[in-house]
Amino acid sequence: MTKGTVTFFAISVAVPLVANAYQLDVLTSVLIYAMLALGLNLIVGLAGLLHLGYAAFFAIGAYTYALLNIHWGWSFWVGWAPAVLIAALGSGLVGASALRVRGDYLAIVTLGFGEIIRLIFNNLDQWTGGPNGLLGIAHPTLWLPQGMYDFSVKSLPYYYLSLVLLGGVWLFCHRLSHSRLGRAWMAMRDDELAAACMGIPVLKMKLLVQICGGAVAGLAGAFFAAKQGTVTPDSFDFIQSVMVLSMVVLGGMGSMRGAILGAMLLGVLPEMLRGADQYRMLVFGLSMIVMMRLRPQGLLGRSHKESQLAAH
Amino acid sequence: MTASQLFLQQLSNGLTLGSIYALIALGYTMIYGVIQLINFAHGEVFIVGAYAALCVMSMTSLQAVMPWWLLLGLAIVVAMFVSALLGWVMERLAYRPLRTAPRLNALITAIGMSFFLQNALMLIFGATDRSFPNWVPAVRWDIGGVTLTLMHIIIWVSSALMMLGLHFLVMKTQLGMAMRATSQDQKACYLLGIPVNRIISMTFMIGAVFASVGGVLFGLNYGTINFHDGYMMGLKAFTAAVLGGIGNLPGAMIGGLVLGILESMGAGYLSSQWKNVFAFVILVIILIFKPRGLLGERVAERA
Repeated sequence: MTKGTVTFFAISVAVPLVANAYQLDVLTSVLIYAMLALGLNLIVGLAGLLHLGYAAFFAIGAYTYALLNIHWGWSFWVGWAPAVLIAALGSGLVGASALRVRGDYLAIVTLGFGEIIRLIFNNLDQWTGGPNGLLGIAHPTLWLPQGMYDFSVKSLPYYYLSLVLLGGVWLFCHRLSHSRLGRAWMAMRDDELAAACMGIPVLKMKLLVQICGGAVAGLAGAFFAAKQGTVTPDSFDFIQSVMVLSMVVLGGMGSMRGAILGAMLLGVLPEMLRGADQYRMLVFGLSMIVMMRLRPQGLLGRSHKESQLAAH
Repeated sequence: MTASQLFLQQLSNGLTLGSIYALIALGYTMIYGVIQLINFAHGEVFIVGAYAALCVMSMTSLQAVMPWWLLLGLAIVVAMFVSALLGWVMERLAYRPLRTAPRLNALITAIGMSFFLQNALMLIFGATDRSFPNWVPAVRWDIGGVTLTLMHIIIWVSSALMMLGLHFLVMKTQLGMAMRATSQDQKACYLLGIPVNRIISMTFMIGAVFASVGGVLFGLNYGTINFHDGYMMGLKAFTAAVLGGIGNLPGAMIGGLVLGILESMGAGYLSSQWKNVFAFVILVIILIFKPRGLLGERVAERA
């Protein structure tokens, strides 16, 4: 835990003192994006696997929790766990089937899987409500000494809950990236052949990173479903995957603070541009092009040269 | 309709769709062959061509002085020109500076380009379907219960002619030889005095011309165009290119036709709701099990 991280969370805890309900809602969705960006950062930033179907695992988490809640009345406090497990499993299965595929081809395979999973949710009408999605997911409640506290449609409790979840995801990703696993992923990203020669089980590592990334997306998905009360397949389309990817790229691939900064910029920007909403995706596209041209390592990322110097 | 009639009807629909896929897939495969870039924005080049033709065709002042076939011809020429220009600008501004950068960066740029163009089109032409004038006379022949329209035949013949032309260009002309050389070894080409940058620009422009013709045919055949058609068609055409073996021109043609036919058969016999799922399942299966495609010599290597 660095000073910066502590400051970030301290400011985030204090924000509701000055923000209104609408602003808190926006910030909550930014925090969801931040979780997703941290998760995708593991796969793309640390392990260097370009993934274009990440929204699918977000969807799996959301639908898993929604179905458990609607049919069996599971509350969020237990329902998130199977959502995380199943999203991790899904991500692992996609990863396992694409283990030998590399580079651009991996990007396209994950894109294909992402679309397949979304279309399955869209087409399995009898289970998922088809394009209309699932409605009536119960809001989380808390047992307090004064009685039952219902989150209902208030903004504040979701904001704090998402902050807690983000803290958990941060810890998870931080511990991972500073562990043996994290170092193995980075070695694999920088030179797969060299990493394999040093005895890193490359295929196993690729699988593991996708499982971890999928788990994070599943958690974010379960929270998203609990907050929205509805899930529809169009919340999880390719644009969503690209949005999270551009957050990671903008912040700097491999940098956790960068991923959060990217999520804040791209999450808040469209709200500030309200009215100019239709220019949002135009600006995204353009910023991706300009970013790759001017600062391919992202805002907080290290350039290849810098990281090489730092290593000596 | 008997079983064989249904089959033949779906076959003819599939050939039509497949010819358009093939025209787009050629651009993907040529660009991949020369600089190993998946030009994600190629689908947008296709739909820009369609919009450019639509603009020309809806000019009433031209409609007054020209017969429909001349105006259609003019529209196709303008579409080719606009798309070629777009292809050139795209390569020059976005891809060329990244040629030595990691491939991931170029791919992300291409995705950004695709988003940018899609949304630019949406802002200019609106998010709703635009109807495309259907000027080709609705002549139809009934052959043994299977309907053939003049439009289908025009699509088959024109795409076959264009592909023959491309084959000639790549195999028999100096430009084609330079393109093949560039795809094999860029450094050696520099040493031999081949203007590599110009060849790469030309490749983008030729690919764009093919995509724009595909775009006009698509508009004429289906009657409406929408800004996000480019994304779906682009992705399917990419699937076709991969199916045939990326980097391989005859592969792109065959891949386009095979994908078109498989998709129509799937829609006809199984369910049209799952049509897009078929295309993606084919894409994923080919990439995983046979990344070289049906005819590919090129190995999918390097990260």
